[in-house]
Amino acid sequence: MVLLHFLLAQAASDPTKGLTAIGRGIVYGAAAIGPGIGIGLVVGNAITAMARQPESAGTVRTTMFLGIAFTEALALFGFVLAFIISG
Amino acid sequence: MILGVDVPPVSHVTIWGSGPLGINKTAVIYIFALVMTAVVFWLGTRKKDALVPSGLMQNTAESSIGFVRNQIIMQTMGVDGLGYLPYLTTLFFFIFFSNITEILPGVQFPANARFGIPLVLALVTWIIFNDVGIARQGPGHYFVNSVFPPLGDMPLVGKILMYALLAPIEFLSTFIIRPFSLMVRLFANMLAGHLILTTFAALTAALWAAKITVIIAPLSFALLVAMTGFEVLVSFLQAFIFAILTAVYIDISMHPAH
Repeated sequence: MVLLHFLLAQAASDPTKGLTAIGRGIVYGAAAIGPGIGIGLVVGNAITAMARQPESAGTVRTTMFLGIAFTEALALFGFVLAFIISG
Repeated sequence: MILGVDVPPVSHVTIWGSGPLGINKTAVIYIFALVMTAVVFWLGTRKKDALVPSGLMQNTAESSIGFVRNQIIMQTMGVDGLGYLPYLTTLFFFIFFSNITEILPGVQFPANARFGIPLVLALVTWIIFNDVGIARQGPGHYFVNSVFPPLGDMPLVGKILMYALLAPIEFLSTFIIRPFSLMVRLFANMLAGHLILTTFAALTAALWAAKITVIIAPLSFALLVAMTGFEVLVSFLQAFIFAILTAVYIDISMHPAH
């Protein structure tokens, strides 16, 4: 109910707010493309490594989380930027 | 205000509000995390003389320290880094306890979804790894090793061109983006998780209230339950990643590439 009211209130006010919302969507969506591909590569290669050499799975997993953390940062910058944008 | 029983407006993401003496919900959760971290390790390490650990608190504390030692320090810094065990353990558990309130019924808010304390923690880490680098390598070597990474065999012209490109990037990424991304990673992950939970909770309520849409309300509710489980993992993982990145940065300052 609260969410519905919020959305309706947003729609009723002036149209530049709608454009801001579209801008936020584009910012986050565009920022998520690269990290999406990147995290896919990181995890995919980590799984390949673990399957080929199960005894090194512990080390690979730690390094995988590090790689994910570095890659993911860019998507999170986009996420924060989407909040910072104001109409 | 303290209990998470209503859905605040979305503007509360940037307008934080405050209570008496500036103590709001976020501050209360941080005090809780501080007390929990202190209590777990104070109670767990009282019986120092006992060779065989006994009791819940001592077992918890000792296996936690073992986890930080084996999974964070030995994987990155090796034996050299054991001196940072107290800092990394405190960091890990403080962040974990202030994250896990995200799924604690009645509270349901991760304190790290506000970037004040993550920023302070990132700056402490920044000061530590710079200090270690300056102390271990000397200021000049530390700066050169951080900004001009070794390139291997290459003609002089190539080296100059590469460094013209690399040096500004390395400088930015080492001294400015590192603390910033540490802060943003923790804060944005927790904020995103909290927003997902809030969205599905509000959506379930909205679907439940309308007559026809009540049929699809269980789907939204099921995803809410699943995401709550996922957020337990995220709370743990973000604390782990913050601690292990701190360890990696200290390691890079301690043992430069050569």
